[in-house]
Amino acid sequence: MTLPAAGPTLRPVNRIEEIFAGLRRENRRAIMPFACGGFPAPGSLAALLPALERAGASIVEIGFPFSDPIADGPVIAAAMHEALQKGATPGSVLEEIAAVRARVSLGLVAMVSVSIVWRMGGPQGFVAKAADAGFDGFIFPDVTFEESTELRRAAAARGCTASLLVAPTTAPKRAQEIAQACTGFVYLLARTGITGERQDAPEIGRMVANLRQATDLPIACGFGIASADHVRAVVRHADAAIVGSALVRRMADAANSGRDAVAEAESFTRDLARGLEDPAAVASAPQQHPQQQQQ
Amino acid sequence: MSSVSPSHPPAPPRISAVPSPEGRFGQFGGSYVPETLVTALTQLSDTYQRIQRDDSFWGHLADLQRHYVGRPTPLYHAGRLTDHARALSRSQDRGANIWLKREDLAHTGAHKINNTLGQGLLTVRMGKKRIIAETGAGQHGVASATAAAHLGLACDVYMGAEDVRRQRLNVIRMKILGANVIEVDSGSRTLKDATNEAMREWMGSVEHTHYIIGSVVGPHPFPMIVRDFQSVIGQETKAQCLRTFQRLPDAVVACVGGGSNAAGMFYPFVDEHRVKLIGVEAGGHSSQPGQHAASLTLGSPGILHGSLSYVLQDQFGQTAPVHSCSAGLDYPGVGPEHAYWHQTGRVAYTAVTDKEALDAFTLLARAEGIIPALESAHAVAHALDAAAQMPRDAHLVICLSGRGDKDVDEAARLLAQREQPTR
Repeated sequence: MTLPAAGPTLRPVNRIEEIFAGLRRENRRAIMPFACGGFPAPGSLAALLPALERAGASIVEIGFPFSDPIADGPVIAAAMHEALQKGATPGSVLEEIAAVRARVSLGLVAMVSVSIVWRMGGPQGFVAKAADAGFDGFIFPDVTFEESTELRRAAAARGCTASLLVAPTTAPKRAQEIAQACTGFVYLLARTGITGERQDAPEIGRMVANLRQATDLPIACGFGIASADHVRAVVRHADAAIVGSALVRRMADAANSGRDAVAEAESFTRDLARGLEDPAAVASAPQQHPQQQQQ
Repeated sequence: MSSVSPSHPPAPPRISAVPSPEGRFGQFGGSYVPETLVTALTQLSDTYQRIQRDDSFWGHLADLQRHYVGRPTPLYHAGRLTDHARALSRSQDRGANIWLKREDLAHTGAHKINNTLGQGLLTVRMGKKRIIAETGAGQHGVASATAAAHLGLACDVYMGAEDVRRQRLNVIRMKILGANVIEVDSGSRTLKDATNEAMREWMGSVEHTHYIIGSVVGPHPFPMIVRDFQSVIGQETKAQCLRTFQRLPDAVVACVGGGSNAAGMFYPFVDEHRVKLIGVEAGGHSSQPGQHAASLTLGSPGILHGSLSYVLQDQFGQTAPVHSCSAGLDYPGVGPEHAYWHQTGRVAYTAVTDKEALDAFTLLARAEGIIPALESAHAVAHALDAAAQMPRDAHLVICLSGRGDKDVDEAARLLAQREQPTR
């Protein structure tokens, strides 16, 4: 596939695509921490995002606090409820992102329930607000492939990526169709169930191989990843490891015992990033050159 | 270039001809769920499609309805309640005949069993061995536990901690029936949080577990399946009216929380445009935010628990706090088909307050010797006013969705509060 010639069809380069292209050139993998907007307190993102960048994160997922997060486990749901109780709103998260955007080169992905999108202007309106604030991409955890068309179109129109979820329960053919509809990266759920830490490393090799047949997009894998060993096991196959509950729980514990939650997040993320260093991790990397996905 | 337009626009589709294959009731409904659940929902849709023409399935269900549930439930002429409405009308020619569709006499004491037996049989067809359910008033929990016991399935019921307190009797019943009751302490500790928890649990267990949603809410195909299993209420009512007073009723009234008894009662009537349909929501203490649970009357379109419908949310899509004296109506959303009926004007929705419902609760007990569920008492309260304004030869049917045994503690507490002079 060749890049389109300069002209009206050329769209601005998306930061997430650029980050993954850079990583691939260097044959490296990524760590993608999840942060809950407004947690441990409204205003936290200003210090948290630069700290995560220093610790080695490439892209950060920002969860919009939601009163009824059915896709999230108890740790993230509790963080969201606490953020809301302390006065955070989806609007205040957008403001925090706008304020910190210029100080980090991280890719920023909004993880937001369709309930919020629907109320805050619908697909076009919400995506515009989030893109203006500085988000580079979107994950809509409670939107099915079938319901995602308008959201994907809205994201593309603003030069943002839209990553759909593939679950272990997804049939292989459907998984491939979903992957082909994604932009930026494919979000692979390592396990069924809800987000949360697990003891054992997930087995994703077969699922990743199935997706690789359908797309050249990077594959980011999350759900239950809690240690550098888990990260190592995941990036043996996938391009990025997403860490949510384990990080949020450490931040909550730190905040509850009077320690600095941001410092805790930084040191834990640095710890997790060691899982990227294992040379074995690059063994099964796709050998072809990175390709621009034009969808 | 203009294309040739047909000389006659196509006839508007019948109001009963929903949902679309994508699960849309007009603009409402759909399926907003994590990908993890899609396979299970597809399996459910496929199984449901397959049994449509399967006589053995419907024969089995009909047999259970007759010999196990006690259907058809009676259509009872509430003479003394009718007298009361006539007295209220203060007119010689006003005050319709009031009839009660006695779902309170169905096994387990409410209409919920119609759905749980249907979905329980579907569970068996899907080869799953375990069901989970959410419950507010506990009636759906009891009905689920009952279906599970009858069919030999394992059963876990999620129930908000506040509702566990309010509906203690039903908690005991579920446990006696062998179900596991899981108390939910998150959020507002009521029905919405129990639903969140049940959906979360289902995501980890979909391969061997079926989630029996208790109302006409949730992602497609649940609103359609629950409506269909509950439609036995309206079908029987229609036949009983024709047999008893040789025509269809003039008005039908049902309470609406998530809206399953109302959907089951209304659906067979929606294409009968001369029958007025009235849904009664929980007006709580007042129409102030947080003081009621009247999603259609006071809410607006939004997405909750997997479908687009009328919901009580703030400007950011966060679910608003709700209140009702009745645990079964204490829910910030409503089924998408009700949103469609509301938008098309086919059903009129209104709300009555806790106080009015409690008055009707006592009135029905004393006038007819029937203690209704607090949920159903909302329908009774509005029906009295509606009947008082209708002609004397008119017929109004109330869906008496459940009996009030479960509510006696809570009603006694509320009535005692009322007798206390406020300081």
